[in-house]
Amino acid sequence: MIRFTHVSKTYPNGVTALRDVSFHVAKGEFVLLTGHSGAGKSSILSLIFAEQKPSAGEVKVSGLPVGRLPAGQIPRLRRKLGIVFQDFRLLPYRTVEENVGFALEVTGARREGIPDRVMRVLARVGLAGKARVYPKELSGGEQQRVAFARALVNDPPIFLADEPTGNLDERAARGIFQLLQDINAGGAVVLMATHNLALVRDTPYRILELKSGAIVYDSAQQGSDAIGPGPA
Amino acid sequence: MPILLREALRTFRRTPLLSALSVASIGFSLFTIGLFALVALNFREALRSVAERVEVVGFVLRGTPTETVMAASQDIEAFPEVLEVRYVSADEALARARAELVEFREAFRDLETNPLPASLEIRLQPEFRNAASAQAVAERLRGFPFVDDVRYGRDWVQRLDRLRNLAGIVGLVIGLAFAVVAMVIIGVTIRIIVLQRATEIAIMRLVGATNRYIRGPFLLEGILKGAGGGGLAVGMCWLTFLVFRQTATGLGTGPVFFGGVEIGLILVFGTAIGLVGTLLSVGRHLRHV
Repeated sequence: MIRFTHVSKTYPNGVTALRDVSFHVAKGEFVLLTGHSGAGKSSILSLIFAEQKPSAGEVKVSGLPVGRLPAGQIPRLRRKLGIVFQDFRLLPYRTVEENVGFALEVTGARREGIPDRVMRVLARVGLAGKARVYPKELSGGEQQRVAFARALVNDPPIFLADEPTGNLDERAARGIFQLLQDINAGGAVVLMATHNLALVRDTPYRILELKSGAIVYDSAQQGSDAIGPGPA
Repeated sequence: MPILLREALRTFRRTPLLSALSVASIGFSLFTIGLFALVALNFREALRSVAERVEVVGFVLRGTPTETVMAASQDIEAFPEVLEVRYVSADEALARARAELVEFREAFRDLETNPLPASLEIRLQPEFRNAASAQAVAERLRGFPFVDDVRYGRDWVQRLDRLRNLAGIVGLVIGLAFAVVAMVIIGVTIRIIVLQRATEIAIMRLVGATNRYIRGPFLLEGILKGAGGGGLAVGMCWLTFLVFRQTATGLGTGPVFFGGVEIGLILVFGTAIGLVGTLLSVGRHLRHV
């Protein structure tokens, strides 16, 4: 589903975020991207959803060469991706249902079907009773669930989460992580960037650890039962 | 309600102050242009009423038979520059002098013979009321053997020409300057609106909105604000005109206001500025994020 082949990324200010990164994520996988701040986790995600282009190498998502995709094709790629961030990125002046429905509207979905689909996805993230409230009336964990609902409403086959628990207390973080596990159980590929090792310890998922822009540990290369953080 | 319109109106509801300010800034910018255009229009009207007095007078030699003069006047009337030819007999000229030159009434009464010649008064078509055309007609008039002398007030017609040219150049320069200032103010206003909504645009792109989808509500909003600004400008021009008209009563024909075409032009110009300004601002933003 996702393939990085000798990918490097250097930003215009000269900072190199990724160095010769290669990995492949297969259908149905749950991958944890770990590493310190600035290690390159977010850069990998931004290359996948075509916010950035690789300086060298190739990024393929569902067979599409993302780095060479014409600008007009990028929206079509993003509709196949569910993306959530640490800072939720909700529109404060829209209600929960409007925030979620908005993601359907931009894809040109039939308007009659939107309310039902929104309510279904809100129920899935546990916010069925909060459709009419505004984001500021919700807790951090609930706001992140709205962001999840927005990302899920188009049933994306690939789900990207960039530090989704970074702004949440432990209980809310566990709830969000459980949600990600459910999404993966539903068949979607999940790529989660996190430095919250306590949260992901003892989970059976693949770990890719980054350091200074390079992959220094890949649990898939260490045997199928490898868990926990690799070498520092 | 279509999504496009709903999204455009949402902005007005959400940020009423910024929306009002942007309509006002477009309105005031167009108002300065409109006010200037109103002054230019009235100045042009004033010049036109002065130019109506441009006429060429050919004095007829004594003893010329009236029939000869009348026949020639038909030829003169066929000149492309000529609107109307009027024959003023010697007697009529004297009667007119007696009526108009009151201070010489005594002198005119004691005359034994009429010293005034008959004449042909030639009014020119509006587009030929300038020094060059008046001179051309005068030259041709001199070619008639019965014409003794030709007058057309060369000095003041030339001065009128210069005034018209000057007014045209000054009008163009000031009008352009106002238009540029208006465009800059409107451009800045729209840019602020786009920047204020940068987060929203980023989120739209994240969930897979096409640039066309993102631009739509912005463009409609720009069009509505531009048209609103245009309407505001026309309203302010009208109020200014009313105030000016009250103070200017008794000054001859009085000031004139824009016709339907000019009002339409201001509205179309406002709408176009709103549309183009938004297109440039949003397009630039979308290229750089």
